[in-house]
Amino acid sequence: MAELRNSYDISFPEIEELIFLLKNVSDFDLSGYTRSSLKRRIQRIMNLEALDFVDLKNAVINIPGFQQFFIQEVTVNVTEMFRDPGFFNRLASEILPYLQTFPRIKIWSAGCSTGEEVYSLAILLKENNLYDRSFIYGTDINSKVLDIAKKGIYPLKKFKEYSDNFNAYNSKESLSNYYTARYDAAIINHDLRKNILFSTHNLASDQVFNEFQLITCRNVLIYFDLKLQEKVINLFYESLALFGFLCLGTKETILRHPVMENFKVVDKEFNIYQKIK
Amino acid sequence: MESFANHIIVIGGSAGAYELIVDILDHLPATFAAAIVIVLHRNSKYETKIESSLSKRLNREVISIKDKYPILANCIYFAPPGYHTLVEPDHYFSLDVSEPVQFSRPSIDVFFESVAEVYGPKAIGFLLSGANNDGANGFKALLDAGATCYVQDPSEAVIDTMPKGGIASSENVKVLSNEEIVNYFNSISS
Ligand SMILES: C[S@@+](CC[C@H](N)C(=O)[O-])C[C@H]1O[C@@H](n2cnc3c(N)ncnc32)[C@H](O)[C@@H]1O
Repeated sequence: MAELRNSYDISFPEIEELIFLLKNVSDFDLSGYTRSSLKRRIQRIMNLEALDFVDLKNAVINIPGFQQFFIQEVTVNVTEMFRDPGFFNRLASEILPYLQTFPRIKIWSAGCSTGEEVYSLAILLKENNLYDRSFIYGTDINSKVLDIAKKGIYPLKKFKEYSDNFNAYNSKESLSNYYTARYDAAIINHDLRKNILFSTHNLASDQVFNEFQLITCRNVLIYFDLKLQEKVINLFYESLALFGFLCLGTKETILRHPVMENFKVVDKEFNIYQKIK
Repeated sequence: MESFANHIIVIGGSAGAYELIVDILDHLPATFAAAIVIVLHRNSKYETKIESSLSKRLNREVISIKDKYPILANCIYFAPPGYHTLVEPDHYFSLDVSEPVQFSRPSIDVFFESVAEVYGPKAIGFLLSGANNDGANGFKALLDAGATCYVQDPSEAVIDTMPKGGIASSENVKVLSNEEIVNYFNSISS
């Protein structure tokens, strides 16, 4: 392990070169991504695949499927069900009563990774008898994680932590009501899946595709620089119905962006905003 | 008034480091030119009371880092639990939720390595008491990048695994007693 560490390195100027190359030969534009995180992720790929910088550039140009693989590995897909239980609490107590007043509730989970956040939202809606008039779109740049999301089958061992999160959010019920354990897998119940659609969408380059009452984009903007953050927040603004809600990760800060003047802060701690004009 | 820090002083610690950190902060001058950034292992489920209690005690702001906060002179920062903290070449923090490193998130290694890349000789590193090996690789990266590194004397550390790891990582690490560490911070320049 120790010998393997950092045997391949990429400098910041080389990262710029790679971003430029990728932008020219593929649909992927990483120019708005934070450089320090990119550096760690690219070095990880170089070490996994034993590629130096020249090999890496060659692979990007010449190896079929490598660009896709590169994006899959460069993005950070770590997620949980009911991550930040307090956020789901707040959503249930403050936001759902408001959403209830809409005849149809369309939700967009942007950067949903393997789908845990989407299924958590589905459970929340179900518990509040809103699921049948709701629809959740889960999108991500990474098609591989979306395949996992669509299957809705997860390693059972992860559900220990997910259950702890769930209990912190709602101690009256049990998360096990929502999945079936088979051998070492947890299979999400089918009735939770019918109003969900997973599909690829690149926040850096794709457009508005629907109008939503609620958008969650949590722990995705941390990988973007201020300029790309601003672009994505504008996209969310345009995708939200008037009086719709935007929810971000708890450590994200977006108030400095001018478009935020059109939002009201609903919850400072959990970063929940409402579009008011 | 607010300006980006030229120098950054980074402190890594885990079990047994908190008291010394409080002692360090108690002895800081009223203003200083560097940014001070502390990465302390703590459980993400206990959301952070440390920053607010230190703010009260010191009667100055102690900042719990959020994504894209600028790295400013005369500021004290803590890495938030549940995320890795990184520094960007344009001197902003960025956060990351990738897998824990050495069972830790925040990982001191991850933070120190990114500080080494961006600040190089303009960084000063401290490694304090702790029960695991996180920090040793980051310490080496800092030293290789020309930073100055100090480690708490293992015989004074509550748990000596982490300082010993720091010492083993390179010959150029300087060992300081608790008193010398506190004196160091007492005399940092403004
Ligand atoms: C850390 S995960 C967050 C998962 C979930 N929202 C949560 O908070 O647990 C970040 C996700 O953002 C996705 N992502 C990164 N860049 C993206 C882009 N340009 N467009 C859409 N999704 C992106 C990644 O593929 C990854 O799945």
